[in-house]
Amino acid sequence: MMDAWEHFSHPADVGVRGWGLTKAAAFAQCALALTALIADPAVIAPRLAVSLACEADHDEALLVNWLSALICEMSVRNMLFSRFEVEINDGRLNATAWGEPVDPPRHQPAVEVKGATYHALRVGRLDDGRWLAQCVVDV
Amino acid sequence: MDPARLIRKSTTEWWLEPHGAMRVPGVLFADEELIREMDDQVLDQMAGVACLPGIVQASFAMPDAHRGYGFPIGGVAAFDADAGGVVSAGGVGFDISCGVRTALTKQPADEIRPRLERLADLLLARIPAGVGSRGPLRLGHGELEAMLTDGAAWAVRCGYGTARELERIEGRGVAADADPAQVSPQAKSRQAEEMGTLGSGNHYLEVQEIVELYDAPLAALYGLRVGEVAVSIHCGSRGLGHQVATDYSRRMVAAAARHGIALPDRELACAPICSEEGQAYLGAMNAAINCALANRQILLELVRRAWRELFRGVDLELLYDVSHNTCRLEDVTLDGQPRAFYIHRKGATRAFGPGHPDLPPELRAAGQPVLIGGTMGTSSYIMAGTAESAGRAWSSACHGAGRTMSRTQASRQWQGRAVMDDLARHGILIRTRSFRGLAEEAPGSYKDVDRVVAATAAAGLARKVARLVPLACVKG
Repeated sequence: MMDAWEHFSHPADVGVRGWGLTKAAAFAQCALALTALIADPAVIAPRLAVSLACEADHDEALLVNWLSALICEMSVRNMLFSRFEVEINDGRLNATAWGEPVDPPRHQPAVEVKGATYHALRVGRLDDGRWLAQCVVDV
Repeated sequence: MDPARLIRKSTTEWWLEPHGAMRVPGVLFADEELIREMDDQVLDQMAGVACLPGIVQASFAMPDAHRGYGFPIGGVAAFDADAGGVVSAGGVGFDISCGVRTALTKQPADEIRPRLERLADLLLARIPAGVGSRGPLRLGHGELEAMLTDGAAWAVRCGYGTARELERIEGRGVAADADPAQVSPQAKSRQAEEMGTLGSGNHYLEVQEIVELYDAPLAALYGLRVGEVAVSIHCGSRGLGHQVATDYSRRMVAAAARHGIALPDRELACAPICSEEGQAYLGAMNAAINCALANRQILLELVRRAWRELFRGVDLELLYDVSHNTCRLEDVTLDGQPRAFYIHRKGATRAFGPGHPDLPPELRAAGQPVLIGGTMGTSSYIMAGTAESAGRAWSSACHGAGRTMSRTQASRQWQGRAVMDDLARHGILIRTRSFRGLAEEAPGSYKDVDRVVAATAAAGLARKVARLVPLACVKG
């Protein structure tokens, strides 16, 4: 698998990690890991599109800002997202997230994510050429 | 953690001598067994806090301390604004003013028990809880500003509870110096429909039975009687507080660099209290405190109304409401001199001793009620602030059991349905909209709250007044 995500342990909270062929793909996978903390992405229909943008002067801050923007959109719109298209150019991120309004009986959402932290924060290229993006989020 | 890393001052007080860039020592209040169970990073994080400018006396950690980010959860630290002291968004945490409020029904548990199933169902139906829930109010701009300024008093004006209850809330229900203008539009929009919601994760609404009293005179002053039922609510400032923390964590990373503050960890991002960023954060954080106080005020009234559907004429009298994620300017005594410091408590409860002017007259002789939440399968405690606590850790005590196992590990180890069935066999009814969330909160993923409370009492941080056990619990 070139593009993939996983969760990693933290005593009080939990880490989200994404890999991709590009930095943008790793950011998209990290967003999928974020969604999967809340609900199974497979049961979230990607029927409504939302545009997001953020920027930062380095990649790690950009990841925190990206996940923070998603957390804010989920909260304000009362939506969950299951598909992401991300573009990153010169420290600016533009994305489209597809999802639907929260439906508790169907989505069985486990937990709200409060925010993205700078803990275990890492964005970089691995020896195998793939990009990694990860941080701990507060739940 | 190996206790040999610390200097033992007593069975419950352990010191980390200053080293490297530490300006003050670290002081950990816990017994040896709790320390052995703690993550090594608790000490590293205590040491990191001790490096921040203007810290006074020590970087403290409570018996329920566990690894956070930047500050440990269970961390307490005071900063002197006149000595270049800082305020840190990470030192308060994402859930600003998360706290506990406990109300007393005066009803015998035996009267509740036969109707407990109905009561639990009713509470789940009436209390908005979990991801995607929306509260009973839709706030426009003007109302939002009023809520952020006036806290629980605003909620009372809206018909939630009584003005008399405000006396029973930390700071009388309002955080002064709130500045809604420092709260971002995103934070405000996150809160427009979230007033009166419980949230998820470790937040809960619990029906409890008082089963044991440790101090009869204090219990009498608090109105606690064995066999009677209490209701406790644990939640915070919801989306607004989370967004304030997000906004200012980002801003403080830049501010720290601009003010020449060397950070051992980015999560310790901070700004001088007297700086523009520091003042802006304090204004926004106090507004978020007001949001949390108003939220819990609304929630208790929703519980009260639901309760009366089943039990006519019963009132739920507020015992107390206290937060455990705040930074407050407090009057203290240092070396015999009156001083005022900004005290961060992240996962630690304020615990004012007898005679403190913040306490209402009827509680003044007793000291402040300190409300310690357990897990949904174990005891909760009501403690009281002590006179000696002021000289130990700025009048602070533990806040709960504290996690010992990660959420990912807990969800691998337990199934939500099985957790619920197991608790039902022990007479505890759980109501939730998410079994997965329940698994992550399984009682086995927390420290032993009895031991945490015993260490808190032994260290003189607060004294035990009563123990309560859960009868029913609504989880988000």
